[in-house]
Amino acid sequence: MIPAQFDYVRATSAEHALQLLGEHGDDAKLLAGGHSLLPMMKLRLAMPSVLIDIAGLPDLSGVRRDGDDVVIGALTKHGELAASEILEREAPLVAHAAGLVGDPQIRHRGTIGGSLAHADPAADLPSALLASDGWLELQGPEGTRRVAVDDFFTGYFETVLQPDELVVAIGTPRRMGAGWGYEKFTRRANDWGIVTVATVGGRVALGNMGPTSLRARATEQALARGASIPDAAELAAEGTEPVTDLHADGEYRSHLARVLTRRALTRAAG
Amino acid sequence: MSILGTRVLRTEDPRFLTIGGNYTEDLVDERLTGAVHVFFVRSPVAHARIVGIDPSGALAAPGVVAVYTAADLADLPDVPPILPTMNQAMKRPPLARDVVRYVGDPVAIVVTEEAYQGEDAVELVDVDYDALAAVVDIDESLAGETLLFPEAGTNVAIEYGSEADLDSKLFDGCEVVVKHRIVNQRIAPAPMESRGAAAVWGDDGRLTAWIPNQGAQGTKGAMVGMLGIGAADVRVITPDVGGGFGAKFGADLEHVATAWVARKLNRPARWNETRYENLLGMTHARAQIQTVTVGGTRDGRMEAYRLEILQDCGGYPKIGGLLPSLTILMTPGTYAFDRAESIAKAIVTNTTPVGAYRGAGRPEATAAVERAVDLFAAEIGMDPAQVRRRNLLPPFTEPHQTKFGAVYDTGDYEAALDRVLEAADYEQLRAEQAKRRANGDPIALGIGLSSYVEVTGGGAESGEPHENALVEVHPDGSVTILTGTSPHGQGHETAWAMLASDVLGIPMDKITLKWGDTDLIPRGGGTGGSRSLQQGGSAVQKASRELVDVARTRAAEELEANPDDLQFDVATSAFAVAGVPGTSVSLAQLAEHERLFVETDFFQPGATFPFGAHVAVVDVDTETGKVVLRRVIAVDDAGVILNPLLADGQRHGGIAQGAAQAFLEEFVYDADGNPMTASFADYPFPSATEMPSFELVDMQTPTTYNPLGAKGIGEAGTIGSTPAVQNAVVDALSHLGVRHIDLPTSPQRVWKAIQAARSENA
Ligand SMILES: Cc1cc2nc3c(=O)[nH]c(=O)nc-3n(C[C@H](O)[C@H](O)[C@H](O)COP(=O)(O)OP(=O)(O)OC[C@H]3O[C@@H](n4cnc5c(N)ncnc54)[C@H](O)[C@@H]3O)c2cc1C
Repeated sequence: MIPAQFDYVRATSAEHALQLLGEHGDDAKLLAGGHSLLPMMKLRLAMPSVLIDIAGLPDLSGVRRDGDDVVIGALTKHGELAASEILEREAPLVAHAAGLVGDPQIRHRGTIGGSLAHADPAADLPSALLASDGWLELQGPEGTRRVAVDDFFTGYFETVLQPDELVVAIGTPRRMGAGWGYEKFTRRANDWGIVTVATVGGRVALGNMGPTSLRARATEQALARGASIPDAAELAAEGTEPVTDLHADGEYRSHLARVLTRRALTRAAG
Repeated sequence: MSILGTRVLRTEDPRFLTIGGNYTEDLVDERLTGAVHVFFVRSPVAHARIVGIDPSGALAAPGVVAVYTAADLADLPDVPPILPTMNQAMKRPPLARDVVRYVGDPVAIVVTEEAYQGEDAVELVDVDYDALAAVVDIDESLAGETLLFPEAGTNVAIEYGSEADLDSKLFDGCEVVVKHRIVNQRIAPAPMESRGAAAVWGDDGRLTAWIPNQGAQGTKGAMVGMLGIGAADVRVITPDVGGGFGAKFGADLEHVATAWVARKLNRPARWNETRYENLLGMTHARAQIQTVTVGGTRDGRMEAYRLEILQDCGGYPKIGGLLPSLTILMTPGTYAFDRAESIAKAIVTNTTPVGAYRGAGRPEATAAVERAVDLFAAEIGMDPAQVRRRNLLPPFTEPHQTKFGAVYDTGDYEAALDRVLEAADYEQLRAEQAKRRANGDPIALGIGLSSYVEVTGGGAESGEPHENALVEVHPDGSVTILTGTSPHGQGHETAWAMLASDVLGIPMDKITLKWGDTDLIPRGGGTGGSRSLQQGGSAVQKASRELVDVARTRAAEELEANPDDLQFDVATSAFAVAGVPGTSVSLAQLAEHERLFVETDFFQPGATFPFGAHVAVVDVDTETGKVVLRRVIAVDDAGVILNPLLADGQRHGGIAQGAAQAFLEEFVYDADGNPMTASFADYPFPSATEMPSFELVDMQTPTTYNPLGAKGIGEAGTIGSTPAVQNAVVDALSHLGVRHIDLPTSPQRVWKAIQAARSENA
């Protein structure tokens, strides 16, 4: 299928992108890797009248250390994350999750900023960054603000990002040597996770167990109390309301969350 | 030394891998200059009355040339069900007229100047639907509360036998009787190239239509019938075809509509469908519910077998209604039951119509009987390999007639089973399985078997199966072959050139194969049912040999010798007089003054019956239900193999498709008939990562039905692999008490089966 008609403008800088967003308002959409937006447009689930292409903005790409954090430009591609030596040392969970996104073509175009802004509960990077206690830097007409990933997702494909704001960077604390685990349950290698579990430093995040990536709080609390991994993992689905879809009903999803949490925690402990 | 039987590389590949194929959508042809683009408004609801259609919004949209509905196509006849024995009230109008019967049913045609204008315009055609109850489930359809065709008085399109025909004493005396209802799920053929057409009418009133198909002659026949015009007025041309799997045989209403639009507007017209449309609009496959009953002795002898089939035809009875007859034909498979019987009902539902797909009816028969054998083995606690060995038909070299009317030509089923078990190291696998079970390993090992026989080359046309070929040698030493078969990935350009080269002594690179133009090649059965090599290839070899005979007479005149004294030297492609050095004349020289060609038909006494045995090895994660396919070991005996490379390719693709049916693919509808898997994000066909490297074991039992000794190989892999993989998944969990898991063995389904077995045992 082909999208409905739209106009296309290429932004030359973050400021230019913001200016264009201001001009076109709600009718405009930022275009990064296009790997979530274009499929939606082809299915006509999204029909923006203007696309503001930010993919080429050079300042918003790359991975660097910044004090106690690793800072990732919003336009850094999944493939670049997976191959980043800095991430490999300082935040291997993020690199690993990025390496499991879709297939090589998707990892070659899709960006971390796009993935977080899109806020698909089944996506890999939101959960990885939630478990990592990450944050986002958002730039708007009034300047920039920093939002914890914990506070970023508000609902199914919904975030606190305003229509006139841009994600410019994503950060995560440096955690060299910390044990981590990531479990992605799929039927085929290049599928979205039916359930995903990310864990590092005692935090546990679940993917596709509700409208957003979410913390397995009961498990985290049990771990903090010193519960064994199997016992803590049994609580993984507590408080969640997973959907029923083609691949899994709620009961099965909850079961997967428990098994995968146990495996991820065991991996992190090993 | 002859090149026959050797791994000659595909001559097709350099072109496909460099400049690429030239598919219908890619065609650049001056006859198509200024073509309009055809789009279909498709029903978004499964079952509804069409109250009204308002095209005004679309007509006002940019580039829209016309909008047509069923009323406009009144000059086209309704299409009756494909068999006269089917309920004749279940006719299909060229566009849905008063009622839509599945999501995707074409309701109106939108014609635009440019290709990109169509999808916008389609959304602007306002169709007013009055919803009717949707019949999605086979049982629901049988209950007959809602009829798809009220005038038919029933949802049953055709019956093959009835309950009254069943022998009430079939299982009398059996020590053990096992019965199970099993699902052979609906899947989508999903060829890489979706459907399409390009059509233009000449000043002479003739239609030229480019259509991706599996046999231009059959496609032409269908077009002639549906357009209601003379056969002389249609020319069908086959561009490159990106996969068909049975679903591109004949012609569909969209092809006819494209030609109709071209005639109506007196302009060339083109149609290319999207993937979404393809998953809804191209026929689906399989879609049977089977009840198997098997009875026998506690020591492993299977005495009686019954197969009852419910076939889902979808919204209109097409080839789907015929599939059960092929399933019934192959009911007993490779086994020597004392008694066996089979009946079927084919019904309509508010879903995409069902058609042929790689194996068409035979995989369903094999899946049923192979599941039945395993159920029986589990019930008596005997190794499934042993039960199979105990019950296989003994080897035969004279045709074996079954009660169901099949005449198996040659077969040695036990040898196939022995070979595959040996190659798999079956004993070692069972030992490994026992070890894992003893250790309480959460990853269970499953070993699945299947033994199969199938029917190929039954003849796409009526009468004795046959195919024609024309072979011509040109004065420059090149050769042209015309064939009535229709390659679309199989490698006929390589194989047919090997056959001609072997006889004529002309190098393969000087041989060109042509197919798929009904003006050039008016007759032909196309490629399907694994018929091509045995009939089309035999015809090429026969024509080549007859050409040498014709040339011999000419050479005798040229060399002023007795034809019997001439020797044909394949190495030089020339005749020489025996014992007279220096006198010789080549085939090319003999073509200088008069065309040197032979057109011939090869007739085969009947269908051939390839057979084989597969072993599949799976890991099943008992905690999550996920199945990982570890190994497939396959014996696929298709008689003498002309080119093992091509045969291996057919086996690889077939095994992957069959295995995918076992643990991945399913076309799903919700209770209202909304398709849930109408994109590749949701329809899970496999990628290379889901498949192991296949272990192909060689076995060649020649048929006597053609000089090549060849049977069909195209569908064998699909037929053998589905039950082997399904049996492996069930086998992995047999120690937990799991006896059956329906297809596809998806993680959730496997996990639920484990849960059910555990709670039953507890
Ligand atoms: C076949 C397929 C399989 C996939 N599989 C997976 C998978 O397994 N796991 C997974 O996690 N993802 C998967 N994806 C999605 C992929 O990761 C996307 O690339 C990603 O979700 C979006 O990133 P993008 O750069 O392509 O964003 P776009 O599609 O360009 O944009 C997505 C949305 O974010 C907005 N946006 C983009 N960048 C910014 C920004 N800097 N600031 C503010 N808003 C912004 C856009 O306006 C749009 O609304 C898959 C995609 C496809 C097509």
